Amino acid sequence: MKIVVCIKQVPDTEAEVKWDLQKGTLKRDDMDSITNPFDEFALEEALLTKEKYDAEIVALSMGPQKATDVLRNALALGVDEVHHVSDPALAGSDTLATSYVLAKAIEKIGNVDVVLCGKQATDGNTGVVGSEIASRLGYSQLSFVGKILEIDGAGKKIKVERGIEGGVEVVEAKLPAVVSVLKGINEPRLPNLMGIRKAAKVPIPAWDTNEIGAAKERVGVEGAAVKVIELTTPPPRSGGEMLKGELDEVSNLLVEKLLGLKVIK
Amino acid sequence: MGDYKDVWVYVEHKEGAFTPMSYELFGIGRKLAGDLGSNLCALVIAENTDEIAKEAGYYGASKVYAVDGAPFKTFRPDAYAKAACAVMDKYKPDIVLYRSTSQGADLSAACAPQLETGIGSDAIGLEIDGDKAMRMTRAAFGGSYLVTVVNTKVKPQMATVRPKVFAMAERDTSKQAEVVKEPVAVAEDDLRTKIVQFMKSEVAVNLVEADIIVSGGRGVGKPEGFGVLKELAAALGGALGASRAAVDSGWIAQEHQVGQTGKTVKPKIYIACGISGAIQHLAGMRTSDCIVAINKDAEAPIFKIASYGIVGDYNQVVPKLIEEFKKRLTR
Repeated sequence: MKIVVCIKQVPDTEAEVKWDLQKGTLKRDDMDSITNPFDEFALEEALLTKEKYDAEIVALSMGPQKATDVLRNALALGVDEVHHVSDPALAGSDTLATSYVLAKAIEKIGNVDVVLCGKQATDGNTGVVGSEIASRLGYSQLSFVGKILEIDGAGKKIKVERGIEGGVEVVEAKLPAVVSVLKGINEPRLPNLMGIRKAAKVPIPAWDTNEIGAAKERVGVEGAAVKVIELTTPPPRSGGEMLKGELDEVSNLLVEKLLGLKVIK
Repeated sequence: MGDYKDVWVYVEHKEGAFTPMSYELFGIGRKLAGDLGSNLCALVIAENTDEIAKEAGYYGASKVYAVDGAPFKTFRPDAYAKAACAVMDKYKPDIVLYRSTSQGADLSAACAPQLETGIGSDAIGLEIDGDKAMRMTRAAFGGSYLVTVVNTKVKPQMATVRPKVFAMAERDTSKQAEVVKEPVAVAEDDLRTKIVQFMKSEVAVNLVEADIIVSGGRGVGKPEGFGVLKELAAALGGALGASRAAVDSGWIAQEHQVGQTGKTVKPKIYIACGISGAIQHLAGMRTSDCIVAINKDAEAPIFKIASYGIVGDYNQVVPKLIEEFKKRLTR
């Protein structure tokens, strides 16, 4: 069984965000970066799946040169192979262009049974790239997955639990499938020192758009359907009233204020 | 691209069952259609669309595009996307809106590459600009930035819209929509997914749709602490939320988490107990109408954005609130 796990490098959630305001794109090179926290669950799920079913794991990332950091981390954790898709032409890709590029790379990797993704990335927060990849490749689209119940590689079937509004849905699907996992599906492990040392020596060459057979006009700013035209910071929310006094007093006061909103029935 | 017209809203349902929230985007849909001088239409896909379509008329759709059939009993992205893409391809909407829910995200994501168009995800602002393009405003980087995007390249323009951001449309049972039934043949064998079972959650109130949320953080201190918060939530008819710190400590299940790596909520009242107010948590709840903060630490950042703040131990304040609410609310 071959598993591709898509991982994205995102700005550190604690770091200052730096924009190229003219292009409406991020200055990713100037920011501290981490593996997208949601993708850590996808990566761990790939490792767990390998332990259970004997699979080969290929990690895939699209991004600038320094995105190799997240791939090196994946190598340290024990993935078998990594691929980095990098090309200046990719800057400004929206979900349409990104899913196109990743789908092309997955086709190039070939013979894939399962594509694992995180639910969303913490920078763009779109949460649709995994499903768009499934749609492009004609793979089964399994989003919001909270548990992989069974993968039948020979029978080309997968059974998962999806955590959706109001409950849990059990779905059976044909392989290949794109599985986007929820936070909490597992507890991601940390790489050990030996893994880190081994990974440090592995060369990570990049594929450009030509090598994955992607048309230049369908990627980056040119290929994107959706373009950023404005960036603002939300109006600050000002603090309100501090309720002061004895416990009975403040509790009564708060209850009155809240009942006054006429929301509680 | 002159052929593309009208604003469409995709109507969610669960095996034919709908709620007023299924129609919540008809309010903003009508506004956009008005600004464009076009019509508000609904897209309904179900085993039997009759009741859902009739209700769409009540909420102001002038036309309903309906696809009926047994394969559409339960939502599945492959089956629904086939139907939706066939209808969109034929009738060419200018704009299509989906709710930013599992169904809305799944369907829009399945359709977008087929139609080679983009998605404005989880929009919190929608407006028509001078060139008749839809400006879609969304939160990025945990809500610390608002990003406005447009799609002037491909039609339809598609957006998923964050629940509870826009006002509901009025329901008027004297209104009626023209229903256009569009047959789309989908063979079960061609579909890739099969729903085996649905297990209803024990969490009574859906966090995203709740009007009132009582939430606990690191300051709750122990799993048992959530008992009293749950009691307050129940007394108010609300839902139970939590910060990442509480979830990561194993005190409460992840489905309760509010924040950057949890759910984004917009209740009318958000009561934060023992939550310090880290930026990642604020990202998930800062647009709540009224925020109440109860925290022992007078310096906690949550007080800077709270509508009402009480410096105190939730363990003492919350039971008092329950007692007081119970006295005044007759149920």
